[in-house]
Amino acid sequence: MNRVVITGMGIYSTIGKNIEEVNNSLYNGKSGIGFEQLRKDWGFRSALTGILERPNLKGELKRRQRVGLAEEGEYAYVATVEALKQAEIDEDFLDNNEIGILYGNDSSAKSVVESYDVLKEKKDTALLGSGAIFQSMNSTITMNLSTIFRLKGINLTISAACASGSHSIGMGYHFIKSGLQDMIICGGGQEINYHSMGSFDGLGAFSVRENEPQKASRPFDRDRDGLVPSGGAATVILESYESAKKRGANIIAEVIGYGFSSNGDHISVPNVVGPAKSLEMAIKDANLKASQIDYINAHATATPVGDLNEAQAISKVFGAKTPYVSSTKSMTGHEMWMGGASEIIYSVLMMQNSYVAPNINFENPDEHSAKLNIATETIKNHNIDIFLSNSFGFGGTNSSLIVKKI
Amino acid sequence: MENKEVISKVNDFLIDEFEIEEDQLIPTASLKETLEIDSLDYVDLVVIIERNFGFKVKGEDFATIKSLQDFYDYIISRANSN
Repeated sequence: MNRVVITGMGIYSTIGKNIEEVNNSLYNGKSGIGFEQLRKDWGFRSALTGILERPNLKGELKRRQRVGLAEEGEYAYVATVEALKQAEIDEDFLDNNEIGILYGNDSSAKSVVESYDVLKEKKDTALLGSGAIFQSMNSTITMNLSTIFRLKGINLTISAACASGSHSIGMGYHFIKSGLQDMIICGGGQEINYHSMGSFDGLGAFSVRENEPQKASRPFDRDRDGLVPSGGAATVILESYESAKKRGANIIAEVIGYGFSSNGDHISVPNVVGPAKSLEMAIKDANLKASQIDYINAHATATPVGDLNEAQAISKVFGAKTPYVSSTKSMTGHEMWMGGASEIIYSVLMMQNSYVAPNINFENPDEHSAKLNIATETIKNHNIDIFLSNSFGFGGTNSSLIVKKI
Repeated sequence: MENKEVISKVNDFLIDEFEIEEDQLIPTASLKETLEIDSLDYVDLVVIIERNFGFKVKGEDFATIKSLQDFYDYIISRANSN
């Protein structure tokens, strides 16, 4: 079995458009949340959202390469360029090696909505243009990036709701561990437009603390009232240890455990047993005791039930003494299909720079979050050798990853 | 519509939308080989022509259009017949 390491990371998010900016924001507890009036105009219950501008790729990519890129594809492209650069992968290497892509994405709504609008007006499919189909499919990120970077290995989109990004890394880990691939671009992308969020807003799951946008995302806090939708993209380059050593790459960290489970229960309400099973499986896979984990990056999105159940699952597995726990969603909002990948990057940055990013807006615990060791402020000079990151999604899909310093 | 106006409009969208260099826009240029307009680009040309000239191109019409001059002539003919 191969060891699996991370050799590159790249990110485009509401708290920074590259690794350095994001690291600064995490350390300083900076929020990326704002108020978008357009959502109010469209009848949204909550106009809160992560704020992120689209990158301008004109001049960087050819027209044909841009036409099929949806918003989340643009984010993923920028994140992947940064990750490949950090991994010191150049065009020659891309052309002469079998590199795969396993990327999390679970919607591409804007293109569908816009195509529908054109069709309704023009009544002619020939007037939809060539990019609409490539932008509208769930696999839009993998189909575009595999073309742009001329990838020749596994080429697959992982759609697993808010655990998509995490499962993509878990799947990549297994493909490399078993020797099927030497290097895979993993990650998650999430569109941030209002077109994609109306139906989720309709569930009443979003925070309505609109008068204080940056205080709205309050994971584990007693007075939390829902999540704040957000987005962007995060890419990690997974590689076999042997491949990384052979080419003299800078090894950032090692993925040592992946756990997964399905709740087999309600479509949107999480439970305790499923996530606990995912955590336990990851710890067993990593051949660790729970007490060896130095930090938990919680899934906690700030929904009343979700956080309550995750707190109980963590307590069930870790007992009375938990390591530091924080939900970076307190700053980023819920990055959904991207979150499982970005939160690996956030946690690796904490590991590299010896701190725990704060769970901002945590003012009062509830009955169960009181039992967790939640980092309410930045914990400076805190060594992290091993961390665990949770991601849970609609349909009861759970994913837990464990990463170790190397 | 004046021929000059049509040619100017066509050149403008080939430069702006298709990012073709102005000095490549010579009448004898092959759309496929010189200007590198591929099968998917023709789908976008249909949209852009409708937006600029108000008529819909049938995909098969492109079969006989080889050079940029052919393309100008086609647009001039359709624009003036509508």
